[in-house]
Amino acid sequence: MNSRLDYLDQLEAEAIYILREVAGQFEKPALLFSGGKDSITLVHLALKAFRPGKFPFPLVHIDTGHNFQEALDFRDNLAKTLGEQLIVRKVEDTIKAKGLKEKTGKLASRNALQTFTLLDTIEEFEFDACIGGARRDEEKARAKERIFSIRDEFGGWEPKKQRPELWNIYNGKINKGENVRVFPISNWTELDVWNYIRREKISLPSIYFSHEREILEYEGQLIATSEFIRIDKGDVVSTKRVRYRTVGDMTCTAAVESSASTIDDIISEITATRISERGETRIDDRISEAAMEDRKVNGYF
Amino acid sequence: MDLLRFITAGSVDDGKSTLIGRLLYDSKSILVDQFETLKKQSKNAVHSEIDLALLTDGLRAEREQGITIDVAYKYFSTPKRKFIIADAPGHIQYTRNMITGASNADCIVILVDARNGVVEQTKRHSIIASLLQIPHVIVAINKMDMVDYDKVVYDVIVEQYKALAKQLNLQDVYYIPMSALKGDNIITTSPEFPWYKGEPLLSYLENLEVTHGATDAPARFQVQYVIRPQSEDLHDYRGYAGRISNGSYAVDDVVRILPEGLTSSISAIEAAGKEVKEAYAGQSVILHLKDDIDISRGDAFVKEHELPKFEQEFDAFVCWMDAKELHEGAKYLLQKGSRRVKAVVKEIEYKLDVNTLEQHPSPQSAKLNDVVKVRIKTAEPLSYDAYTKLSSNGTAILIDQTSNMTSGALLLQ
Repeated sequence: MNSRLDYLDQLEAEAIYILREVAGQFEKPALLFSGGKDSITLVHLALKAFRPGKFPFPLVHIDTGHNFQEALDFRDNLAKTLGEQLIVRKVEDTIKAKGLKEKTGKLASRNALQTFTLLDTIEEFEFDACIGGARRDEEKARAKERIFSIRDEFGGWEPKKQRPELWNIYNGKINKGENVRVFPISNWTELDVWNYIRREKISLPSIYFSHEREILEYEGQLIATSEFIRIDKGDVVSTKRVRYRTVGDMTCTAAVESSASTIDDIISEITATRISERGETRIDDRISEAAMEDRKVNGYF
Repeated sequence: MDLLRFITAGSVDDGKSTLIGRLLYDSKSILVDQFETLKKQSKNAVHSEIDLALLTDGLRAEREQGITIDVAYKYFSTPKRKFIIADAPGHIQYTRNMITGASNADCIVILVDARNGVVEQTKRHSIIASLLQIPHVIVAINKMDMVDYDKVVYDVIVEQYKALAKQLNLQDVYYIPMSALKGDNIITTSPEFPWYKGEPLLSYLENLEVTHGATDAPARFQVQYVIRPQSEDLHDYRGYAGRISNGSYAVDDVVRILPEGLTSSISAIEAAGKEVKEAYAGQSVILHLKDDIDISRGDAFVKEHELPKFEQEFDAFVCWMDAKELHEGAKYLLQKGSRRVKAVVKEIEYKLDVNTLEQHPSPQSAKLNDVVKVRIKTAEPLSYDAYTKLSSNGTAILIDQTSNMTSGALLLQ
């Protein structure tokens, strides 16, 4: 007789297995939590992996200071409701402490500076593993990454030196100072995440659903107006019905025009779309062909 | 809807990445923006047509050299099935990355260039498929457009491969003539092959029967993590969290715990947060026992009438994956699922020539990408099944104690 698990059951069982390997293999793991749909899914999976026990790790948010308020509120509420520890470290503080130079310009992003705060936080708490919600379908450098991704003491990823990852055996053995990034939902696609959210009735921040927002149209992308971006003369600003496919910084995450107000609507929209999640919404990936790989080599999550 | 994981293999220029690009493109899984990027890059690279291979070569070094170095995982779905493709490198130098991709595959698609027939890499990858017992093999005879879609060419290669399949004892082999570049026989049957009566690749993959951990096999479960809330209302709660790799467990089942050898019975089962009477292969669960026994990570729960092997010294095939050579007498950490023990390689019995299948006795060492038969002794007895009998309980890795590298893939005998 064959297993009766359908594909979402299989992806779920695999992710829970990976989370428990983290709990079993590491002294001081952390779950990187941004209040976006992928990390919310991770938290839901962690509930399944460890309840009625407590999570064997805190939730950690590297706050760039450019986040959507709705996502921050959701983040705080969820941690409180679950009674789990939330650690927030601010890029703003790193900028001050280290005298880092911020980017300037129209859509000045703190995305690259986030890496400094992340690596400092890892050092501060001596985290030996950081669980993240990255998926291999997002980007082609991600598609090459192992589920247990070893980082050197500078946080760097060496694509040519990846350890073989065989069957379901995860080797998380590291030396002091090194760190493992663990991606339990590597094998999920954007649509799998949405189907799972629907099936499990997982709550999300309101910005994922259609709402009215003041928008700057810039190079074909819809950017929410905020104190973090510069509006120049001649810029077209208008109010539109939009929603977000991903939740990142307000400076580098674009909205999509949409009237989808339920998860069913969103799933129909994503099924029909001809544009990828990152292509539509992530401005920072457009810088160069290897933008993601280069950031990862430097310690980006 | 279920899930099929497959790997593409073959020699360097046999067109693996093109095939994957074609599968994604024709199944409408390449989205507009990704396609635009491909177009731009193809122009830069002075290609006359869009180079679908660029879709999977995600690393800078791969694009620079025009070769695949590491496994890329790609995803697509049809109304029937979700697919996970492991796009593995063809270079001999990167065989360990090919094994990484192959270790979880339900099916292997081995590409053969119609102009070259069965070559060394075809044999090597077929031997690995045989060693790892990948249940289904598809021989994709590619670049048929370059040989005028000639049936004779196809027939000769099928005969060549049949001899190899027989020698390797490959059970389920399917042959498809195709042109990945032109899209012939990938999604739909191509009129270029009026003589071919079989299925195109996609519909064959959609209908292939796969099993993910048979539920009627011996029950195998290993503890990953012990859940003990120790709060006031859950003072006595003690749950053993792990994933059932084979068979099934029901409340009241008597289990023996290895390596301790103690016996108890299951008092409760939780699956995905709900209490259930029975759980089966593939599920991540929490098991509870009637008796309060000291149990830790790595312990196995098995049933009396279907005990696994329980040995401190055993034979194994090792695919060596480390640039640092394997020598007799060397000590490693052996990790089998969630259990880690110290191990010593007592003897390298022979080296398997992965081109000819010949056995070369008593080599002094094993180098990167060698496959050797070894005798291993562990610090404590290990419970396992022979890989050939119950593959999911017959695998382990060797970890180098100083570099922490995953140095060897073990198939226990």
